[in-house]
Amino acid sequence: MHEIIAKQGLSPNVTRLDVKAPRIAQIRQPGQFVIVHLAEGAERIPLTIADADPERGTIALVIQAVGKSTRDLVALEPGQAIAGIAGPLGKPTELIEKGRALCVGGGVGTAVVHPIAQGLKRRGIPVHSIIGGRSREWVIFEPELRQLGEVTVCTDDGSYGRKGFVTDAARELLAAGGIDMVYAVGPVPMMRAVVNLTRPLGVPTIVSLNPVMVDGTGMCGGCRVTVGGQTLFACVDGPEFDGHHVDFDGLMDRLGTYREFEQRASQACEAGQCRVGLH
Amino acid sequence: MSEKYTTRERLKIDRQKMSEQDPQVRNANFAEVNLGLQEKVALLEAERCLQCRDPKCVSGCPVMVNIPRFLDLLSEGNLAGAAQSLLSDNALPSVTGRVCPQETQCEIECIRGHKGLPVAVGYLERYVGDWAQGHRDQVPMQVAPATGRRVAVVGAGPGGLTAAGELARRGHEVTVFEALHKPGGVLVYGIPEFRLPKKIVEDEVSRLEQAGVKIVCNTVIGRTYTIQELRAEFDAIFIANGAGLPVFMNVPGENFKGVYSANEYLTRVNLMSAYQFPRADTPVLLGRRVATVGGGNVAMDSARTAKRIGAEASMIVYRRTRKEMPARAEEIHHAEQEGIEFEFLVAPVEVVGNEKRWVTGLKCVRMKLGEPDASGRARPEIIPGSEFVIPCDVVVVAIGTRANPLLTATCPELKLNKWGNIVVDEQGMTSLPGVFAGGDIVRGAATVILAMGDGKRAAAAMDEYLKTAPRLSRSAAVAV
Ligand SMILES: Cc1cc2nc3c(=O)[nH]c(=O)nc-3n(C[C@H](O)[C@H](O)[C@H](O)COP(=O)(O)OP(=O)(O)OC[C@H]3O[C@@H](n4cnc5c(N)ncnc54)[C@H](O)[C@@H]3O)c2cc1C
Ligand SMILES: Cc1cc2nc3c(=O)[nH]c(=O)nc-3n(C[C@H](O)[C@H](O)[C@H](O)COP(=O)(O)OP(=O)(O)OC[C@H]3O[C@@H](n4cnc5c(N)ncnc54)[C@H](O)[C@@H]3O)c2cc1C
Ligand code: SF4
Ligand code: SF4
Ligand code: FES
Repeated sequence: MHEIIAKQGLSPNVTRLDVKAPRIAQIRQPGQFVIVHLAEGAERIPLTIADADPERGTIALVIQAVGKSTRDLVALEPGQAIAGIAGPLGKPTELIEKGRALCVGGGVGTAVVHPIAQGLKRRGIPVHSIIGGRSREWVIFEPELRQLGEVTVCTDDGSYGRKGFVTDAARELLAAGGIDMVYAVGPVPMMRAVVNLTRPLGVPTIVSLNPVMVDGTGMCGGCRVTVGGQTLFACVDGPEFDGHHVDFDGLMDRLGTYREFEQRASQACEAGQCRVGLH
Repeated sequence: MSEKYTTRERLKIDRQKMSEQDPQVRNANFAEVNLGLQEKVALLEAERCLQCRDPKCVSGCPVMVNIPRFLDLLSEGNLAGAAQSLLSDNALPSVTGRVCPQETQCEIECIRGHKGLPVAVGYLERYVGDWAQGHRDQVPMQVAPATGRRVAVVGAGPGGLTAAGELARRGHEVTVFEALHKPGGVLVYGIPEFRLPKKIVEDEVSRLEQAGVKIVCNTVIGRTYTIQELRAEFDAIFIANGAGLPVFMNVPGENFKGVYSANEYLTRVNLMSAYQFPRADTPVLLGRRVATVGGGNVAMDSARTAKRIGAEASMIVYRRTRKEMPARAEEIHHAEQEGIEFEFLVAPVEVVGNEKRWVTGLKCVRMKLGEPDASGRARPEIIPGSEFVIPCDVVVVAIGTRANPLLTATCPELKLNKWGNIVVDEQGMTSLPGVFAGGDIVRGAATVILAMGDGKRAAAAMDEYLKTAPRLSRSAAVAV
């Protein structure tokens, strides 16, 4: 059992849970994730390790409530527990050895970018982060990222930082030159847009893919993605890949596999059949 | 042998049948198909055994279960004795009695079968195993005094569980690390409830826990801990992480929505209980017409599962004929009874989809059998110009699994063969001293009883090894 130590709302639908998982807190590396299994009967869902406190033995999960399983999770309160957390899974981020890095985070992807920026900073790599959200209250992890380097905040409505998409800011920064590597994590259209910016410039770009997963150990093949024409399993070969070779259309498409079920689950959830609070 | 019958009379007893759920009822539920034997019937079947002086049945069994001995005790109505005897050879008789391919192992060799039908060893093994599960107190596990040695087992499938039991029995402190949230391996995520109720595996696991075995789930060796880290903490290690890497067909359209590996399909339905959606949270595409590619147990399990969750048509697509199918005879027979359709001598060449990339069919070619290949089975050859499409909305690929590289890739010191399976010596020891391996990770996808046999043999070898191995000074890095 993994006890929830702290809970914090970060934006209208994003919640941070600090959860007891001492071993994972100790050895996790940027880019890695866990598979969370809330309780018997629950789904197994992948979540990035957004941060960790090895001393306290906790990891931070930053969860966007989009459906039944994520809503059940964010309904947990400190003192309650998650039955199973397996990890750390996936390959650690390929951190550059020298040069300058640009991290682009969209929405909850900002929390995924955070450990990458942490890793880079630890290596002494200057990091510029561009993060964004719909409006001010949707911007997350700004203070944490500010400790690691320069940060540009964008909001769609201009209510905070500069008005526009993260890709607009990225375009300018890339045009100015001097960026050796881009790490982009966010909704698929955002990652695709960033990759389309960096491709003509020849700037290598790593993206983090979020296909549907079950086991997270390479056993089921459900998380398969196409990269450079090859079928790879995101849970063991990724989740980060060379963005210039990712088949984003294929990823988007497969993400729609269970749309109908997700709607049914959400409806059932609204009708009060959620695992909320585990009562 | 009981004195109730003369040999002549014994030979007159017909092989007893096991009652089954009606095929038209069971193909819509997940309850077990085979209903088991009544005590009277089991005892009568046991009387059919001739107690051969040279019992060929025993040499047909990969772990040499002393079949005549347990059948003799059973025929006398001495169930505790029969169970004791059987369990000393085979730790999971309730499992093997249900899933062993008896018709190619113990029963095919049975001398009684030369005239008429062989003794129903599988049924009786199941009977005695189930009795033992219900009467734990009468077959207690004798645990030797603690040796102070710590051993780790990687993977809680049949291989790992068997080794854990054998090691615990010898007084070692055993910790089993399992990647998933539930122990059992293929027995819980692959083989469906209607063939092997999960309760049997749960019972077995709780028996091990009572004997002091610690089972740590959600722990992926190679990620949470490496083998080298475990070596610093445990005096010996047994690796039985199975062959859980699905093989795909490598044909166009395989990433369309509606194409599953059998591993994913069965895991969703069995381990994650997707058939109870939305009561359980994990979904599975139901499919009106489901095509399963393959001819082994995995294919039968998938096709029969598809029918149970509501497919109007569930089809097996196999490139050879019924005769060559590697599945257990009983599974093929049960599948036929349940209305599974078979397309023999057919091989898929493409998954067909609509503009939204949902599966709409499986394009296949017809095959004919040619010369035998290396395995001795006739090699299927394509009949030119024979392409056709099987309309379907779900495709399940059940053409095999390979060694999952997750663990081995993080321990380069382990010697592998060219297929990625771990290489072991006669004792089951790998290239790393004190690290043993067995089951599917060594053999490639094989059988439950072979994995169990490996677990048992390795446990004995580990016990020997531990008698002389140096004691570790521990760093307590692995906090369990
Ligand atoms: C490696 C990885 C890291 C991730 N990290 C984070 C994170 O840090 N924070 C966060 O909020 N989300 C993260 N996600 C996404 C998160 O796993 C999904 O949002 C979650 O599973 C949705 O479940 P649901 O029942 O709440 O929503 P649903 O209603 O089931 O689905 C909503 C969306 O999530 C996708 N999804 C559904 N089930 C799964 C599944 N089992 N695995 C993956 N995606 C699924 C669906 O395709 C759909 O687009 C990550 C995904 C991956 C693969
Ligand atoms: C659907 C299906 C039906 C079958 N039907 C039959 C049948 O009827 N009769 C028969 O004899 N055989 C059958 N088999 C084959 C049989 O199940 C296997 O040969 C047997 O289970 C192998 O046992 P094992 O202990 O080697 O591995 P597995 O049963 O595969 O168990 C391995 C365990 O290790 C865990 N693991 C994997 N990697 C790690 C890691 N890195 N760290 C920690 N844990 C890990 C896995 O999660 C799993 O629990 C079937 C197989 C399938 C898939
Ligand atoms: S373990 Fe399998 S092969 Fe051996 S006797 Fe039992 S059923 Fe037959
Ligand atoms: S060969 Fe058949 S008849 Fe002979 S001992 Fe074995 S089970 Fe009994
Ligand atoms: S989640 Fe099953 S193989 Fe990746």
